[in-house]
Amino acid sequence: MVLQRRPGNGSNGCQMRPVLIKGAGVVGLVTAYELARRGIEVDVVEQAQHIGAGASWFAGGMLAPWCERESADEKVERVGAAAIEWWKAALPGKVAQEGTLVVAAARDTRELDRFATRTTGHRWLDAEEIAELEPDLAGRFARALYFPREAHLDPREALSSLGDTLMAMGVRFHFGQATDATVSHRFDWRIDCSGRARLPDDAALRGVRGEMLYLRTGDIQLSRPVRFLHPRHPLYVVPRRQGLFMVGATMIESETCGPIAARSLMELLNAAYALHPAFGEAEITETGTGVRPAYPDNLPRITRSGSTFCVNGLYRHGFLLSPALAHDVAECLLSPNHQSEFHDEA
Amino acid sequence: MLQVYDTEITSRLLLGTAGYPSPAVLSDAVRASQTQIVTVSLRRETAGGKAGGAFFELIRELGTKILPNTAGCHTAKEAVLTAKMAREVFRTNWIKLEVIGNHDTLQPDVFALVEAARILSNEGFEVFPYTTDDLVVAERLLEAGCRVLMPWCAPIGSAMGPQNLSALRSMRAHFPDVPLIVDAGIGRPSHAATVMELGFDAVLLNTAVAGAGDPALMASGFARAIEAGRQAFEAGVLEPRDMAVPSTPVIGKAVFS
Repeated sequence: MVLQRRPGNGSNGCQMRPVLIKGAGVVGLVTAYELARRGIEVDVVEQAQHIGAGASWFAGGMLAPWCERESADEKVERVGAAAIEWWKAALPGKVAQEGTLVVAAARDTRELDRFATRTTGHRWLDAEEIAELEPDLAGRFARALYFPREAHLDPREALSSLGDTLMAMGVRFHFGQATDATVSHRFDWRIDCSGRARLPDDAALRGVRGEMLYLRTGDIQLSRPVRFLHPRHPLYVVPRRQGLFMVGATMIESETCGPIAARSLMELLNAAYALHPAFGEAEITETGTGVRPAYPDNLPRITRSGSTFCVNGLYRHGFLLSPALAHDVAECLLSPNHQSEFHDEA
Repeated sequence: MLQVYDTEITSRLLLGTAGYPSPAVLSDAVRASQTQIVTVSLRRETAGGKAGGAFFELIRELGTKILPNTAGCHTAKEAVLTAKMAREVFRTNWIKLEVIGNHDTLQPDVFALVEAARILSNEGFEVFPYTTDDLVVAERLLEAGCRVLMPWCAPIGSAMGPQNLSALRSMRAHFPDVPLIVDAGIGRPSHAATVMELGFDAVLLNTAVAGAGDPALMASGFARAIEAGRQAFEAGVLEPRDMAVPSTPVIGKAVFS
């Protein structure tokens, strides 16, 4: 996009005025980081009492641009690959780059072949190589696809540390405030990163419900996310610390936030059990539901109306795409001629 | 021209709306297929009883006729309830009736299917039953009030293509005047052309298009194959013979035998 003027800058190059960010989910926090490190003063309002109260909290935290290419646009792969480096730089030590393992039950191995034809950045592993990478999966699968460059993080830990980092950088958080009414006069620019809260105001935006659960077991250890392909119920298991595993996630065209459906729970558990019977003995420590905002092409958009930018529609790619979007927004504010890849003229 | 209930359609391809990479890709595929009827699942796209409003709105914007389905229902009661919800949401009496009998193979439960078809037909629904190629079941469905039949040619989503050609042939022969739409198991355009050559009236596809690398391109390929299969049926297909028949006479030429 092309901005006609340098924002908050008049003609004499004075300092950029503070920016207000609405929403402390992954998009809001990453945007705050990109602005703060460019020396811009940032305030964040969040209607909940803590950060990451929306869909981000229930994310898988897989930084898996090559796997996602199976069903996602080429842009997701290209932009997502850079996101891995972004998170490693922003949160040193919090990102594990152990790759992704993709497996299927013996009768569904054609799903693996199909997955392989739709993606790049992988190589085939045989049973022995699978056992070397994930000893607890030894003997369970004859073949797997391995995406060595992919990474994962714990979204809750990542959001919390990013919040701490931002506070240390001087970003001010205002929790329990849905609007900027009390403080709006101070800001030249507002960036709306409120995700699902925008659904009623943006006709093109829809919600895609995702359900997930946490299992705890000491009987199995995994070092990397494992995707278990199935013609009807594909699933992923992402290892967290202390024997926790995040199991996700359904994709339902619905904006309902209510508790997980029995059918979804059964399907997720069934698939986890098929991946490894040890999950059958695990404790279910949590179930959760998030509504991911998405546009019809399932790609995010930056829209501008007056002095407000809206960044939304990250679908299931919040952690993967927010660094690129935040970078774009920051450049839009600072450089009059920045060409944004995600800007929507409509 | 094909008539299903009181609606005439020119496109013999019906398209399902589940499992596309995005609604935008779905919309491209619908345009490329030139379909006039799309099916939409009420249960699969909803949660907690509340309809996925935004997604349904996108479906309505496609501008085709909508054939809601009862995918995911396992009992007649569930299917009847879902059909009634669908009538509210999409304001249509059409319902593609699916009652699944086996969770793994997704085979229809034909007993519950006939029961639900009777209830719904009596309540004014125009029922499109997803059934097997069993002739007796087909007769029962017609008795129950169905005026269209939708036999599978292989399990849902299996992409195996026609598994029992002689069963499909006898179905066509037994019900010459009933619109027959092959509903499940088609994987590639040649499968669709095959059943159209047998004289089936239309084909319903979902996974074969939604799961393709380029769904819109595949939709267009299917549309052509279905058209070609139909033209072949109408033109009269040359049946195979046991020996070679030269297209130009050999009399007067050197023959090597």
